Amino acid sequence: MGFLSNLINGISLGSIYAVIALGYTMVYGIAKMLNFAHGDVIMIGGYAIYIAASKAGLHPLLAVIIAMGACTILGITIEKIAYKPLRQATSLAVLITAIGVSYFLQNIALVIFGANPVNFTSVVNIPSIKLFDGQVVISGETSAAIVISLLIVIALSLFIKRTKSGKAMLAVSEDKGAAQLMGINVNKTISLTFAIGSALAAVAGALYCSAYPILSNTTGAMPGIKAFTAAVFGGIGSIPGAMIGGILIGVIEILGRAYISSQLADAIVFGVLIIILMVKPTGILGKKINEKV
Amino acid sequence: MKKSSKSIKPNTKKSLITYIMLVVAFVIVQIMLAAGEMSYMMQDLLVPLCVYAILAVSLNLTVGILGELSLGQAGFMCIGAYSGSLFSNLMETAIPEAMIRFPIALLLGGICAAIFGILIGIPVLRLRGDYLAIVTLAFGEIIKNICASIYLGRDANGFHISLKSVTDMNMAADGEMLINGALGINGTPKDSNFIIAFIILFITVVVSYNFVYSRTGRAVMSIRDNRIAAESVGINITKYKLITFALTAFLAGVAGVIYSHNFSTLQASKFDYNMSILVLVFVVLGGIGSIPGSIIAAIALTLIPELLRDTIVGDYRMLFYAIILISMMLFSSNKTFKDKLFGLVSKKKKGEVK
Repeated sequence: MGFLSNLINGISLGSIYAVIALGYTMVYGIAKMLNFAHGDVIMIGGYAIYIAASKAGLHPLLAVIIAMGACTILGITIEKIAYKPLRQATSLAVLITAIGVSYFLQNIALVIFGANPVNFTSVVNIPSIKLFDGQVVISGETSAAIVISLLIVIALSLFIKRTKSGKAMLAVSEDKGAAQLMGINVNKTISLTFAIGSALAAVAGALYCSAYPILSNTTGAMPGIKAFTAAVFGGIGSIPGAMIGGILIGVIEILGRAYISSQLADAIVFGVLIIILMVKPTGILGKKINEKV
Repeated sequence: MKKSSKSIKPNTKKSLITYIMLVVAFVIVQIMLAAGEMSYMMQDLLVPLCVYAILAVSLNLTVGILGELSLGQAGFMCIGAYSGSLFSNLMETAIPEAMIRFPIALLLGGICAAIFGILIGIPVLRLRGDYLAIVTLAFGEIIKNICASIYLGRDANGFHISLKSVTDMNMAADGEMLINGALGINGTPKDSNFIIAFIILFITVVVSYNFVYSRTGRAVMSIRDNRIAAESVGINITKYKLITFALTAFLAGVAGVIYSHNFSTLQASKFDYNMSILVLVFVVLGGIGSIPGSIIAAIALTLIPELLRDTIVGDYRMLFYAIILISMMLFSSNKTFKDKLFGLVSKKKKGEVK
């Protein structure tokens, strides 16, 4: 029974990683850049919810919506100020800028919110489920994470397949120049991608901080890197891939923590990343892109 | 290439200026020390300054010459520091002479770091850019986590090692702790001093210049500028990338040994993400690819926050680092910003082939 409850916890954590990984994978697919700051947007989202819910006393759901709005604005601003001027620059320059933005967010949060971690009050208000006469208890946070991330993945897949803006995203990720010739506003599409990714980061922040209720300025860094691992695992650029990768990484982490060593759980996840990159760099569902001269 | 008015090659001239700059800085420091003009705080900073300069110069080989981003500099430093300190602690009685023991520790720390550099480099260097950055970042975290959870002790029965706790080692009560988990290594002999650190820095700069201007260095730069073209003229990409990566790791490991022998205690938690970012900020501010730039930036960015410790700069130090990273990239890589800043310079370059 211990194994089953670990497995469920792993799937739940993995679902949160999947929501974060969606942000990475969409931005990577369209802007061809690794948005290092994505993990820190989660942290900002967490703080926004903390202020709105615990300090201002708003309803948790309203707080999450406010946080989503705040993160969307933050995401678009970051893209406009830091990434847009570097569209033509080398990937090294973009990467260093992204690291700079990540470091900036971490340290501005340190200045504003202080170095002491705060206790996050869970925004999930669902009773826990007891299975097998109480031998396996699934908390409300756990089931909420699984259900919400599943809904997000389905909604996002439909959005990309069915709507005009979604199709524009696909077109831009396929070929930026050709998309522009077809009358797609590339800049607007990229901004939209950042907006969606950042709004999802706020949701992920709500779920992650509800499950692990200690919030500090570096809260987002580790889940961010692990979610990137998940995105690579599932195949970068693929939405169902992000879900599969996220769940696998979550399960590996929780089982590693339970059965191997709690201190080395992070090392195991990163070990998995290195192995994937060695064996199948395109991930489970990724496409191989041939390089043109 | 520009023709120099003198008979020496421009490359030699460039490196010569850096060497002279270093020697002058060294002489000034020695004079200040002899005259007693230097505060204790500044004296304590001399060795860390050299360590940071070595780290920056070595990272510059990967970022500036190879054109790939490594965020694992702190991890390599950690390996060097741990292996060097462990060696010095074990050999303190066997080799009492610090002048013999310390160079061996330096070499050992560097070699250990280089081995890890090659091990991590083989799978990763086939990939590029973003993947390399994230894997080196992950690698640095793994090293830090593992080093912080090692317990190593020695008693009459030999060595005992555990990754869990002190009691798990089954060591006799009179045994000696060598690595104490998160508390790290204690009692490393204080073998580092400014003169040794400076000599290592000087050697690092000599090695870096000779590497950059060698056949290997030119091959590495051709990979940076156009990978496909370099491959098509028969340059073995993986081999040259691996050489550069290993050299960077080796130098970072040596810097780690100097760092660990400057303090009597050593914790793995010191070698975190912030350390890697700090070194990257040195390289970026000094100008990617510029060796003297890296040294000057490392010295300036270490000294200024220390001198302004009680002012606003000291409190918001890391925030300033982040702003430096972003603005340096925006100003150096964006054409509009660049035109506004150096309108004349970019006009001259217009005829250049992209």
